[in-house]
Amino acid sequence: MSVRSNRVTMPKQDPAVRRRNFDEVALGFTYKQATAEASRCLNCRNKPCVSGCPVSVDIPGFIALIKEGKVEDAFAKIRETNSLPAICGRVCPQENQCEARCVLGKSGQPVAIGALERFVADYCREKDGTFARKAVKPIALTNRAKVAVVGSGPAGLTAAADLALLGYEVTVFESLHEFGGVLRYGIPEFRLPKAILDYEIDYIRSLGVRFVPDAIVGKTITTDDLTALGYRAVFIGTGAGLPYFLGIPGENLIGVYSANEYLTRSNLMKAYLFPEHETPIRRGKRVAVIGGGNVAIDSARTALRLGADEVFVVYRRSRAEMPARAEEIINAEEEGVTLVLLTSPVEIVGDDSGQVVALECIRNQLGEPDASGRRRPVPIEGSEYAIDVDTVIVAIGQGPNPLFTEATPSLLTDERGYIVVDADTGATNLNGFYAGGDIVTGAATVIAAMGAGRKAAKAIHRYLRSDSQ
Amino acid sequence: MTFGVEHRVVEKRNLADKIHLFKVVAPLVARRAKPGQFVIVRSHERAERIPLTIADSDPDNGTISLVVQEMGRGTAKIAEIGEGGKFAGIVGPLGRAGNIASVNKVVLIAGGVGVAPMLPYARAYHSSGAHVTTIVGAKTRDMLILLDEIESVSDVVMVSTDDGSLGVKGVVSDVLARLLADGERFDHAVCIGPAVMMKAVCGLTREAGIPTTVSLNPIMVDGTGMCGGCRVTVGGEIKFACVDGPGFDGHAVDFDELMSRQRFYEREERLSYDSYRTSKEGSHRCRLDQIG
Repeated sequence: MSVRSNRVTMPKQDPAVRRRNFDEVALGFTYKQATAEASRCLNCRNKPCVSGCPVSVDIPGFIALIKEGKVEDAFAKIRETNSLPAICGRVCPQENQCEARCVLGKSGQPVAIGALERFVADYCREKDGTFARKAVKPIALTNRAKVAVVGSGPAGLTAAADLALLGYEVTVFESLHEFGGVLRYGIPEFRLPKAILDYEIDYIRSLGVRFVPDAIVGKTITTDDLTALGYRAVFIGTGAGLPYFLGIPGENLIGVYSANEYLTRSNLMKAYLFPEHETPIRRGKRVAVIGGGNVAIDSARTALRLGADEVFVVYRRSRAEMPARAEEIINAEEEGVTLVLLTSPVEIVGDDSGQVVALECIRNQLGEPDASGRRRPVPIEGSEYAIDVDTVIVAIGQGPNPLFTEATPSLLTDERGYIVVDADTGATNLNGFYAGGDIVTGAATVIAAMGAGRKAAKAIHRYLRSDSQ
Repeated sequence: MTFGVEHRVVEKRNLADKIHLFKVVAPLVARRAKPGQFVIVRSHERAERIPLTIADSDPDNGTISLVVQEMGRGTAKIAEIGEGGKFAGIVGPLGRAGNIASVNKVVLIAGGVGVAPMLPYARAYHSSGAHVTTIVGAKTRDMLILLDEIESVSDVVMVSTDDGSLGVKGVVSDVLARLLADGERFDHAVCIGPAVMMKAVCGLTREAGIPTTVSLNPIMVDGTGMCGGCRVTVGGEIKFACVDGPGFDGHAVDFDELMSRQRFYEREERLSYDSYRTSKEGSHRCRLDQIG
């Protein structure tokens, strides 16, 4: 029997249309497309794909169930190790993880594992909104110790779900008024619809997890309060959200944003629906985004949808070095975003009233590899030029959120402010305190944070069992 | 400690035209609030997150006091909340607590609604045993707020109004300049009000060699250090007012930049406020102004 070498392509909204709306870009597989794609899986005995998944989803297992038409069973199979399948199916960089290890990739295209995961989650959600709850194994009410989770991003949500499934009484404390962390304020609606995030959080709530908004641990309450309230273990998943700036002249002009601010206004505060939603955002006509990661691409595509005529992504190295997902870069280009590669900003120019009017840049060539292994950009003398813009978005990375660690000076952090943990368990230097996700590793992927949350949940379970004996 | 309580307004007082004091249920904030700290409120589900400095806190009754001046749609929506009504959300206390310097003689300079966030400073200095001189200013007599409260925790209170309807005709910096010219000396100054006023006051205190704390009010979104919208230049460095402030050394602040950045959404705010007022007035448009 021959295996189709080409994967089934997922339908998307037409670029000319989607560049002006916030609806989801990728439309997902139909049932027929999903079973056709599932039939490509060779069901390898040693499951190389699973070794590429930070939460070890039984990939051949769930794909085999799709082939048999048992989509609900496939969903239960994924949920055994992954509490957020509809999200992972959308935002995981599968091309570097499970799909990178698919045997089919050696001679053709790997199985579209991410698209299949998404199909399973969407199919079950649409078929029966309460199915998610039925698919859960009954919770053993044997471990009713209280555990606090600080931060409701992917690390915190995963730790909370896993601990609830182990029978603990879990409370999630979130500093913002809505839950999801970067899934809420960072990733735009057109890549991850908020209704899907709400659904996944509702599932975790259905496991008995309590969610508290507007509660900043370190400000509103302290770790001493948590102990006094009877929490016997704490998972810290506060993330890396402190935006970095370039340190070039003009960065405080009117019209210059951190990507975090720009995306938070649009995603969390729904400023794209201003004035019905009351938070304003600049609807720039000519927008420059500085950086080459997913956050930069998300910002650029948001700017288009807010009505920009031209959007430039200014990146200092070449396309090959861009950290953003290849698929999202292609999506952005299809929508009309212009990549300005091998270019670094040197100054943001303003007018008399303090408004941005231009971005002064210099061209680079690639030199020797730097510490990251990527070739270093070297400025070409005399190559300065200006791009006329009215909005500049700085998307060059984030540092650790400071409020929890500042309020807990006994917690060991490194010189940059990230929490130091045991790599196998997520244990910090403080007894009963565990940490994971971007607050430990620096900005990484949703799935890496989920993997850390899962590992810490297991370690917290071991800790509380030994503690109670 | 109870989580998820409703933020009910237990008392609302109209202090002046378009200026309201709300005493609102927020026990977790009240328990930990210190002078200089602020909260972020959401008046309803689609509201902006608006930072407001805490004017008073009552940990025993679990309430905080906030003073709001109607300046645009966001603050107008807050002003709509009546006694017994509720805020959709309140988070805090945010920012660093103000450093109450151990001094003999302090001068507090407050303009407009800046009197409200000055109250916790006045109380703290008063109870520390320092001699407190407070200068308060407003456009006109009717716009002066919380005078009784300020008087109860100050040794000397001086008033200025732009139109001379009460106290010195002029602005607070005129009063301070006169005091300094008369030979008054202070160990420390705290100044809270519009940026242009704080800039003028800091010019005087710099000259006189008086260390000065200011409380800044830039545009914010999250208030936890994640958006950077509140960045201000202090001593040549970028600081985030929400986590590094809002109190700063007034002699190191770049006020011109702050004033410029406060105008970021001038156009959007005007449009938004206009449409709000139009919708409030309903379909009736008065034609009186068309008479030539």
